[in-house]
Amino acid sequence: MLRFILSIFFCITAIANAYGGTPVVVPDTMAERVKACTICHGAEDKAGRDAYYPRIAGKTQGYLFNQLRNFRDARRYYQPMAILLENMSDEYLLEIAQYFSSLQLPYPAPEQIHMQSEEIKLAERLVYSGRQEKNIPACSACHGDNLMGVEPAIPSLLGLSRAYITAQLGGWRNGGIMRSQPSDCMSKIAKQLTDEEVNAIAKWLASQSVSGEPSPSHILLPELAHRCSQNILENGGTK
Amino acid sequence: MRHLTMTFMTSSWVCAALFWGCIVFAADTVVDEPKRATGMQQAVHGAYLIRVGNCMGCHTTKGGQPFAGGRRLSTSFGIFVTPNITPDKATGIGLWSEEDFWQALHQGKSRDGRLLYPAFPYTEYTKVTRQDANAMFAYLQSLPPVSQSNPTNDIFFPYNFRPLLAIWRALYFKAGVYESDQSHSEDWNRGAYLVQGLGHCNACHSTRNVLGASQNDALTGGQIMGMNWYAPSLSAQLEAGVGDWSIEEIVALLTTGITKRAVASGPMATVIRQSLQYLSQEDVHAMAVYLKSLTENESGNAPGVRFSVMSGSLRRHLDLGGQLYEKYCQTCHGSDGKGAPGIYPALAGNRSVIMKSPVNAIHSVLNGGYPPTTAANPKPYGMPPFQQILRNEEVALVVSYIRNAWGNRASLVTAVDVDRSKGEGY
Repeated sequence: MLRFILSIFFCITAIANAYGGTPVVVPDTMAERVKACTICHGAEDKAGRDAYYPRIAGKTQGYLFNQLRNFRDARRYYQPMAILLENMSDEYLLEIAQYFSSLQLPYPAPEQIHMQSEEIKLAERLVYSGRQEKNIPACSACHGDNLMGVEPAIPSLLGLSRAYITAQLGGWRNGGIMRSQPSDCMSKIAKQLTDEEVNAIAKWLASQSVSGEPSPSHILLPELAHRCSQNILENGGTK
Repeated sequence: MRHLTMTFMTSSWVCAALFWGCIVFAADTVVDEPKRATGMQQAVHGAYLIRVGNCMGCHTTKGGQPFAGGRRLSTSFGIFVTPNITPDKATGIGLWSEEDFWQALHQGKSRDGRLLYPAFPYTEYTKVTRQDANAMFAYLQSLPPVSQSNPTNDIFFPYNFRPLLAIWRALYFKAGVYESDQSHSEDWNRGAYLVQGLGHCNACHSTRNVLGASQNDALTGGQIMGMNWYAPSLSAQLEAGVGDWSIEEIVALLTTGITKRAVASGPMATVIRQSLQYLSQEDVHAMAVYLKSLTENESGNAPGVRFSVMSGSLRRHLDLGGQLYEKYCQTCHGSDGKGAPGIYPALAGNRSVIMKSPVNAIHSVLNGGYPPTTAANPKPYGMPPFQQILRNEEVALVVSYIRNAWGNRASLVTAVDVDRSKGEGY
């Protein structure tokens, strides 16, 4: 008898589910709240239609917070981001920045890019030594010895696609990623680079593998901090 | 943060008023004291009214100096650039008098007598009382002056010939402060004053004719100029009429941006963030009373199609959209389209999904979005943008599907409709 009642019960439940659908359960987490971000920046869809969207997991919190506000306030121009962030408070953006900054995801295998040894030498020289005569500092001088960024607001350069790095450097050379502030320090640096150098840097950075969970450094030379103060200030470069 | 700033500003005025009062009192010259205190109170009240009118929304560029203007409003008549309304003498309204301000707000005329384009909604602001206008002016004059010259308007011929505005005004503009309707309650009248006047809801929620004139105060809905958004009718139950909502629910939507059955998105979310969430309980209650009373307009937009039986080919077409729905939408909106009330909106029976105009549904799928962050909903959940993942044809299929699943019935959407919703203006 009990078995009969139970089987009837299961039948009814099954029918109810088939017609009523399963109710949506929404976890009260940041991961759920940032699904609108991870559709492009997440692991699953990254291999989708293009590999342009940059990795944001593990980037320094200040950098992410500044960029979120820059997109929202039209200092950095990318319409899909501007639309998403349009009506968000600073407090919420900070929380989102904290979430992604503390998110540890494994790094995917680097891009397989063929480079001539001359090109590798050129890239390594720029990345680790810069070019004094053109006032180009080494990438590592600001972005950390391991290129994983410097707290609180300098981003890591690894785990990004060649397309993204090339596009960013190109943006800076053409007057600045940041609208209305064309003369930020990265813009000045990128304008000193030749096409050949931009290509070499983008290829080299995109082909570096990252293992483990390297963390950002905390050391930045005062003169470089001063030179890039516009980018790394807490206020995101606003006046 | 804005709220904090606001509170801070308000309290600093109060402090300044008290401080001034003390000094005056100590110096034993009480002559100026009452007038000055009134001036401060007036500016504080003006700050609130400027919020209600969301003046900052147009008179500030993104990330720009508040009230310094420079925002470009793109319309079918050309591009209007909003002016600087800070009290800077050279580039703002520092030389204006109370009378000049009243003339702009009430008559649509600039200080030098030039006729203003109705991109500045003086057609609505004319209903604002002189007392409120003076308070708004007092607040604007208390702001720090910002020296910022903005580019000039870029208006197409023949609209750039300003004297033509005289004809436009003769046809479509009648100056006049809001007059109370004695057959309604005080609350209702306050709501009507705010909705029709300072709130200028009609600037978006109405259809504009070929000359850009809103046809009436009936809030019958319309395509927003220069944006891929449709502002739904507030007087039709098929769109966004709230005749069958409780006052509490209307208040909740206006102040928090989200309720169990509706989520504000696009320009409305912005209005809530910048303006409505700061309204006093009394005022937002009054607006709700008025909005609820708007009767259904029978000539309003009805869903484009009505069919009870679907043909086999139509069914197969919608099934394709259903597969996409299952893959991309179902986790949040549910297999039954009921969503998670207060978090992810239901699509079944959702009026903004089945409205005659599909542009808002298309826009949401393409660009995603978050409801505004408000005191009651500080960490909203969001909708991902699918523009980067789905092709136009796929967006058309999935929007057609949600417009016709779970008992919804509305016209199908094509890839061309989707393509038209891309590009400029958001």
